[in-house]
Amino acid sequence: MTLEELREIARTEREKQQEVPQKIHVCTAAACLSQHSDKVKAGIEQRIKEKGLEKSCHVKGVGCMGLCAAGPLVSVEPEGKLYQGVRPPEEGSDVADIVDSLDGKAAKRLELDPALPFFQEQVKVVLENSGKIDPEKIEDYIAAEGYEALLTALTSMTPVEVIEQVTKSGLRGRGGAGYPTGLKWSTVAKARSQNNQKFVICNADEGDPGAFMDRSVLESDPQRVLEGMAIAAYAVGASHGYIYVRAEYPLAIKRLKTAIKQAENLGLLGNNICETRFSFRIDIRLGAGAFVCGEETALINSVEGKRGTPRPRPPYPAQEGLWGAPTLINNVETYANIAPIVRKGGAWYAGIGTEKSKGTKVFALAGRVQNTGLIEVPMGIKLRDIIFRLGGGIPDGRQFKAAQTGGPSGGCVPEQYLDMPVDYESLAKVGSIMGSGGLIVMDDSSCMPDVAKYFMDFCRTESCGKCAPCRVGTTHMHNLLEKITSGVAGEKELALLEELCTVVSQTSLCGLGQTAPNPVVSTLRYFRNEYMAHINEKQCPAGVCKTKAATKTAEVGR
Amino acid sequence: MSPAAVEIKTLQIDGRDIGARADQTILEVARENGINIPTLCHLDGLTDVGACRLCLVEVKGSNKLLPACVTRVQEGMEVTAHSPRLEALRKMIVEMLFSERNHVCSVCVSNGHCELQRMAESLGITHVRVPYLNPKLQVDASNRRFVIDHNRCILCSRCVRVCDEIEGAHTWDHFGRGIDCRVITDLNQPWGESDSCTSCGKCVHVCPTGALVEKGRAAGEMRKRQQFLPYLTLMREGRQ
Repeated sequence: MTLEELREIARTEREKQQEVPQKIHVCTAAACLSQHSDKVKAGIEQRIKEKGLEKSCHVKGVGCMGLCAAGPLVSVEPEGKLYQGVRPPEEGSDVADIVDSLDGKAAKRLELDPALPFFQEQVKVVLENSGKIDPEKIEDYIAAEGYEALLTALTSMTPVEVIEQVTKSGLRGRGGAGYPTGLKWSTVAKARSQNNQKFVICNADEGDPGAFMDRSVLESDPQRVLEGMAIAAYAVGASHGYIYVRAEYPLAIKRLKTAIKQAENLGLLGNNICETRFSFRIDIRLGAGAFVCGEETALINSVEGKRGTPRPRPPYPAQEGLWGAPTLINNVETYANIAPIVRKGGAWYAGIGTEKSKGTKVFALAGRVQNTGLIEVPMGIKLRDIIFRLGGGIPDGRQFKAAQTGGPSGGCVPEQYLDMPVDYESLAKVGSIMGSGGLIVMDDSSCMPDVAKYFMDFCRTESCGKCAPCRVGTTHMHNLLEKITSGVAGEKELALLEELCTVVSQTSLCGLGQTAPNPVVSTLRYFRNEYMAHINEKQCPAGVCKTKAATKTAEVGR
Repeated sequence: MSPAAVEIKTLQIDGRDIGARADQTILEVARENGINIPTLCHLDGLTDVGACRLCLVEVKGSNKLLPACVTRVQEGMEVTAHSPRLEALRKMIVEMLFSERNHVCSVCVSNGHCELQRMAESLGITHVRVPYLNPKLQVDASNRRFVIDHNRCILCSRCVRVCDEIEGAHTWDHFGRGIDCRVITDLNQPWGESDSCTSCGKCVHVCPTGALVEKGRAAGEMRKRQQFLPYLTLMREGRQ
């Protein structure tokens, strides 16, 4: 496949698409699929056949459109109409109404306003094709300028020039820690190994509770990740890549497998891509559901077939990774950013975002917020805008309490910091982290010690057990939080909890243990009064925890 | 034949100037120079895993504490192996180990010859500040000669490594996650029914506590002989 041949495919595909004036897009990502969007799609197809509209209207299964709370979503192009909560044919007339509305009668009761801030205030780079292309059809991706970047890089750029563009873009690792991607790539590119073997790994072991960015990208636009990995492999000199994806994402795995096969058939993966000396193959490895395998060295162990426990760093994977060879390991979203950066140039990407955090970030908006779903926003946007404009605010007229970012490694951002820009440094300053993009909104019905206990329970069960501080420390911290929320703890327990936070974060082997105390530390920092209420008054202000005192009062009342 | 060129690095540990080969770890160099850095999972002759976290040291210029057993020396490194902060962290780690399972010294066959006990003494631990977890764990005495008492195990993984790396049997491995993690023989069978175990006893003698012991010992009678390990590795290196 040469660049000319690729453009020919893109041209033919675009012409074919333009022949059909109207298109109906049905979301077939996991969230909508769970609400039977496959039946919706089949129903629409049948209805169109009945009405003899096959020639003028094309039905397409697409990836995530973002507003998962309102699923299943259906959009009609080119009018740009959006329908929400579409039920399959056997549950009502939704499908018939949508197809009938093609001649002008609008199906008003299902309509969702595309002018909502949720849709209008997003800046899409990673998700540019999500909800537009068919994730199981490579031609659709190619028609959307797919693989232009890879073939351009292979034919007219040196690996050093590719890395230069990535460095210039200011892209930072989207897995959570925010390490500069260009720097990581150049380290791996410079590393030397025996028999010149190097590896590229894509970390798709997304495990934070409430986070589903990576899953959505893989389900909606898998080719983009493959292209990003291939460009990375060319830049660092690798010829073999692995995608480590958790087995709990069956749809993402299925679509990845299809995508790899299709790319191989077109010669976009495999030997001598684009008639150059560059060869690259990708294999999928399934994770068995251990959160710690998202830690890069544990992930490498798991790919090697060993027990998924972290190794001490240094040596970093860039020097000694998979089977001792230099290994580049990046997150799904990081790879998904690469193709546009190469296509449009690093300077374009650096134009989005803040001084130190460039580009956009995908967030999985979850919890007590109107519009739960997937959003992509420029770095530096205010947290208030994300929650109250895009997110549509807190439902049921309740009060905002805190936003939790970064999952079990992150922290809570209270109301006074809502106007802070969302970037790596600002979040770190208030004691949270950017993380991989989970954003859980909490209102006044949440009890913060209880939230901390939930995350500590998660860390305790997900600790691998290799190092003593994490294995024993998280268990003790969970037990202490259990005591506090049951109203049987005193100040002594709180002091011990705080000491354990320090010990575990400073002495644990890997990131899991080092960051496990963060939810406790950050809730203690901003909501100490709630802890004190549990300790001194033996009461839960939010009415969540069943404290001993509360149970007793209830008994007396009875 | 001239000996291969050896790269030498100079560094400071606890304020002392020290010279070392480039391939040495901080721990090796420190011990050569009589500076004791506490360890429980490290054992000369086995690969290091950095699991017990007792050998963590401060290195100037690094905001994280680094495990001395796996950190290679670097030119101009300034290492602090003993400071009030490190002592406090080490104490808490050892206290957590004591609280994790049932380390009842007075009735333990390893009483007086136990590395965990000695560690607690040397760190000046007089009591454990975290609550004991008191798990109910099994004792497997199905092997003809040895016993594994999970109540005394600190998951240092020495037995796993010696069995894999030295004996080549890989009878031992880990099972379960987090606080439920424990060592198992073969596919979680009773030790006595293990097909791969050669009953060589290496695991017993590298075990730092009374978790792996010989049968027929009364309290305080179990002395471990670990001297075989450096000799064995040295002889194997010589043969290659």
